[in-house]
Amino acid sequence: MADVKKIATRESYGNALVELGKQKDNLYVLDADLAEATKTGTFKKAFPDRHIDCGIQECNMVGVAAGLAATGKVPFCSSFAMFAAGRAFEQVRNSVAYPKLNVKIGATHAGISVGEDGASHQCLEDIALMRTIPGMVVMCPSDDVEAKAAVFAAYEHEGPVYIRFGRLAVPVINDNPGYKFEIGKGITLREGSDVTIVASGLEVGEALGAADMLAKEGVNAEVINIHTIKPLDKDLILASAKKTGKVVTVEEHSIYGGLGSAVAEVLSEEMPTKLLRIGVHDTFGESGPATELLHKYELDAEGICKQVKAWV
Amino acid sequence: MTDQELKAKALEVRKGIIEGTHAAKSGHPGGSLSAAEVFTYLYFEEMNIDPADPKKADRDRFVLSKGHTAPGLYSVLANRGYFPVEDLKTLRHVGSHLQGHPCMTHTPGVDASSGSLGQGISVAAGMALSAKLTNESYRVYTLLGDGEIEEGQVWEAAMFAGNRKLDNLVVIVDNNNLQIDGPITEVNSPYPIVDKWKAFNFHVIEVADGNDMAQIRAAFDEAKNTKGQPSAIVMKTVKGKGISFMENQVGWHGKAPNDEEYQKAMDELNNTEV
Repeated sequence: MADVKKIATRESYGNALVELGKQKDNLYVLDADLAEATKTGTFKKAFPDRHIDCGIQECNMVGVAAGLAATGKVPFCSSFAMFAAGRAFEQVRNSVAYPKLNVKIGATHAGISVGEDGASHQCLEDIALMRTIPGMVVMCPSDDVEAKAAVFAAYEHEGPVYIRFGRLAVPVINDNPGYKFEIGKGITLREGSDVTIVASGLEVGEALGAADMLAKEGVNAEVINIHTIKPLDKDLILASAKKTGKVVTVEEHSIYGGLGSAVAEVLSEEMPTKLLRIGVHDTFGESGPATELLHKYELDAEGICKQVKAWV
Repeated sequence: MTDQELKAKALEVRKGIIEGTHAAKSGHPGGSLSAAEVFTYLYFEEMNIDPADPKKADRDRFVLSKGHTAPGLYSVLANRGYFPVEDLKTLRHVGSHLQGHPCMTHTPGVDASSGSLGQGISVAAGMALSAKLTNESYRVYTLLGDGEIEEGQVWEAAMFAGNRKLDNLVVIVDNNNLQIDGPITEVNSPYPIVDKWKAFNFHVIEVADGNDMAQIRAAFDEAKNTKGQPSAIVMKTVKGKGISFMENQVGWHGKAPNDEEYQKAMDELNNTEV
């Protein structure tokens, strides 16, 4: 794995905005004093007149974005997930989503892979929060290729979109000519017959690693990449669940309200299926190097493999 | 329009507020009435708007940051011709386009959804910035309550607008001195209000009587001539203005007149000489 290209999806976000900014002159990027960290600094350098640094005021930033959208511009609001989805939740709900304004929220530094900054900055609730807002599209891309595609798709989609990006550099897994991104369409990355592993974000790569390990143990896992948590690709999940009879969800998020809950809702209503939710279990994170935290919370390939094997 | 003609319009706006809240059996007449003159002045005199083309691109924008006073906004929009005055009787009814708080996707002429206090001013600042970014000439007006400015987000937006010198933005503070739980000085005093806006780099225009059309006109003229910084018009008003038994009564913040009170209020308004 040493020579696999790794890039953090927050980097992909910044790079995609620059590419998109060249094509679309109504695209604006807003930051709340975190342009260096959210990687929108690259956009700021390329298009200083279309970058608006609001300073440390996320709630106002979201309102300003609503005003820009109401007057025909397409703003991408950037901050850490904790502040974009957490602190400014109500502004996103009332100023943006209620009037169906065309605002995109690019939330970086999600999940425990934030690492050393610790629990205060490791947002494990953003997917749950954003998923409950009517009309909100919620995406969590798995790598560089997908993150860029998600940014482009978000621009083309008319209405509010939330995209979750990570701080940690993760392997590029979608770099193939057949790759196609469509909002709301999951991707089967590996066919299997014993268990379905549904993952999002950096957990897609870890799930693929886990599937390799499981294969050696005689468990044939199907791996589905759900880059869009809302709207959820029910058909793909149900078809796979029907085939394998067992579903595991993996996410770098609380097991409450995120991908695991979304899949549980679909399965329990339409086709009750044995389900294991892998994620963070009703606890805050902590400081430490990201990879060590992923290991401790059993969210790396090894931890996933262990949990699936014990359950399947 | 002359001040006299505007006063006559403001009286019609007040009638619409009473009609709407009475029919809804709920809503916020007090702060709608205190702002009746400023609503009227904005929509009948100040703003570049066209009721026949509510979405025209170069229109001036108005954001009712104190969104609970939607009955006042709806009444002026109806009286200005955006929709029939008769619609006011559907306020807060199921299926009506007149929601309890303003929603831009429901009501013709409403430029922003608001109601959660402190949020409207940010949206207004975003609209004003938008005009600056692409060299458009429209102006943006936003009306805040004096209780509303207790919200922290108001001062985030004020810092932003002042720092960016958004001289196409006019913030109006309806300083009627009452909020739901009592006098603003007793709940969590926002005073000194004028000094605060000055400190945030606004040009502040004080209006001694915000229910007086001539003083309102002078204030908006001064704001229009102010360059290089946003303006804040801080206007002293009377909550419940125009209905004797509602004036300065905190209980009329969010209570609708019953049938008897409705009749009394309408009689008073019908007998008010302009």
